[in-house]
Amino acid sequence: MFISLFGAVESGVIYAIMALGVYLSFRVLDFPDLTVDGSFVTGAAVGAISITNGVPPILATLLALLAGFLTGSITGILNTKGKINPLLSGILMMIALYSINLRILGRPTLSLIRESTLFKNLEPIWDATGIDQAINGFIGLMGVERFPDTWVVLIFMIIVTVLIKLLTDYFLKTEVGLALRATGDNERMIRSLSANTDTLTIAGLGISNGLVALSGALVAQYGGFADVNMGIGMIVIGLASVIIGEALFGTKNIARTTLAVIGGAIVYRIVVTLALRVDFLKTGDMKLITALLVIVALIAPKIITASKENRRRQRKKMALNKKTEEV
Amino acid sequence: MLSLKNIALTFNEDTPDEKKALQDIHLTLEKGDFVTVIGSNGAGKSTLMNVISGSLKPDIGTVAIDGRQVVHLPEYKRSSYIGRVFQDPMAGTAPSMTIEENLAMAYARNKKRRLRAGVSKKRRELFREFLQTLQLGLEDRLTAKVGLLSGGERQALSLLMATFTEPNILLLDEHTAALDPSRAELITNLTGEIVDKFNLTTLMVTHNMQQALDLGNRLIMMDKGQIIFDVSGDQKQELTIEKLLHEFQRIRGKMLDNDRAILG
Ligand SMILES: Nc1ncnc2c1ncn2[C@@H]1O[C@H](COP(=O)(O)OP(=O)(O)OP(=O)(O)O)[C@@H](O)[C@H]1O
Ligand SMILES: [Mg+2]
Repeated sequence: MFISLFGAVESGVIYAIMALGVYLSFRVLDFPDLTVDGSFVTGAAVGAISITNGVPPILATLLALLAGFLTGSITGILNTKGKINPLLSGILMMIALYSINLRILGRPTLSLIRESTLFKNLEPIWDATGIDQAINGFIGLMGVERFPDTWVVLIFMIIVTVLIKLLTDYFLKTEVGLALRATGDNERMIRSLSANTDTLTIAGLGISNGLVALSGALVAQYGGFADVNMGIGMIVIGLASVIIGEALFGTKNIARTTLAVIGGAIVYRIVVTLALRVDFLKTGDMKLITALLVIVALIAPKIITASKENRRRQRKKMALNKKTEEV
Repeated sequence: MLSLKNIALTFNEDTPDEKKALQDIHLTLEKGDFVTVIGSNGAGKSTLMNVISGSLKPDIGTVAIDGRQVVHLPEYKRSSYIGRVFQDPMAGTAPSMTIEENLAMAYARNKKRRLRAGVSKKRRELFREFLQTLQLGLEDRLTAKVGLLSGGERQALSLLMATFTEPNILLLDEHTAALDPSRAELITNLTGEIVDKFNLTTLMVTHNMQQALDLGNRLIMMDKGQIIFDVSGDQKQELTIEKLLHEFQRIRGKMLDNDRAILG
């Protein structure tokens, strides 16, 4: 149990970077960008093929980010310069990327088992610190019996993801970031304040898909392979993370919302892991579970608010009745 | 300051829907001119504003600001010279962003946007000072989302955002039309004060004839895409609503078909 939950949190933190990317397009730019299904794989493919060709993992990962930026920019160009509607721009790019990803990989699946990866490179340095033993000793006291192989992935990924979150928070408060948010909020207004909304949309989608691809490259290194089909349904998983996170942790301001999105990504992985432990459910049911989760996360907050409002009104009515009775 | 020459614009040319929205427009504004624009529905007032701001391109003719040809500049480039307030209070602000963030975006209008904080401590102080001049208490709500403001408050904020960088041209298109009478009066008074303070070159479209007479040093009347009447200085001061209506009838040989205008 602990081990599978540990795995869920681990991958949750990696997928959280993808969810932050989806947050940027879906929420900040108000652009439902389906490129994600393709750009996630592009990141994995570029990362994997670079590593198998001897590029150091860290550089391979950055190349993946760059490739993702490119895919998002092209979607942005299709939308702003080609005047193609947002959904269609994303779908076209997603389909095109399927073929491109297959070209990059050269085969449907590329294994990284025998290659060095970012995480494998960190392990020897990590082991020397002895932190694993310390943590395992500590949680052993709390009654955990089976320990994870290593804590390096989780801790390293938390650092990376939080760094990306902080950078995103800062960026969205800069002059450029404000204009980017306004492009999603009131495009006509920010254009009348001399901002080039085309460029902002292109750059915004670039950054968004850059993060998605970065996440893809990390997932490939974490899982030990890149597969041309690994991106199917990724946009829905990203949306699920954003929506669950917002519903559970709130959206008071930007810093809070990005934190919520990360939380949402982790919660999503935990729920899926727990659901798959139910005997009746199979791996193939995961997409259905995801869809149901999103539906619940979308509807539940509304029902809760409505019933709160109802109770408030009920209380008021009772108070009024009491008053009239007294009179 | 602003010079329009020979502007013409026809929508849906050569179709049954053809509409000559602007014809043969010549208009020159001096620095500090405050021109009110009246005319019946569909006269082409908004189209004229859009041609100046660059959201519409004229079929022929030129637009120059400070002697610089701008007719080929896209809207977003031109808007570093032009402040605008729209009729719809929702149009001029970003609702999900805070008051100070909205002001910061307007503050960056005539500067290059960079990767530095949009709202610095120094700027926040500056914004607070500007907001105080509105006397709506908005200076105490810097971090409130603009979506929570009333229409009048939003319009006052839009007006401030359009003007506090002292643009070369200020365009107001029925910017009080969506407000209740007392709010409309407040915004009208603010407009007069702000235009005076910064000595802004202003074009203001209004359906309220009294407003058109009270404000500004020049008045133009439009009809069927043309400027049919243009008065300034003392002549404008002596103008009354009756005289204006009479003037329209004399020029067009019919009554001004806009009851909104008369009631306003
Ligand atoms: N995008 C467009 N396509 C086709 N026709 C248009 C378009 N915009 C405006 N028109 C037409 O051009 C004419 C001038 O419109 P405009 O909006 O400039 O009028 P206006 O003077 O601002 O009127 P109002 O007082 O009602 O705001 C109208 O007949 C209008 O129907
Ligand atoms: Mg109009």
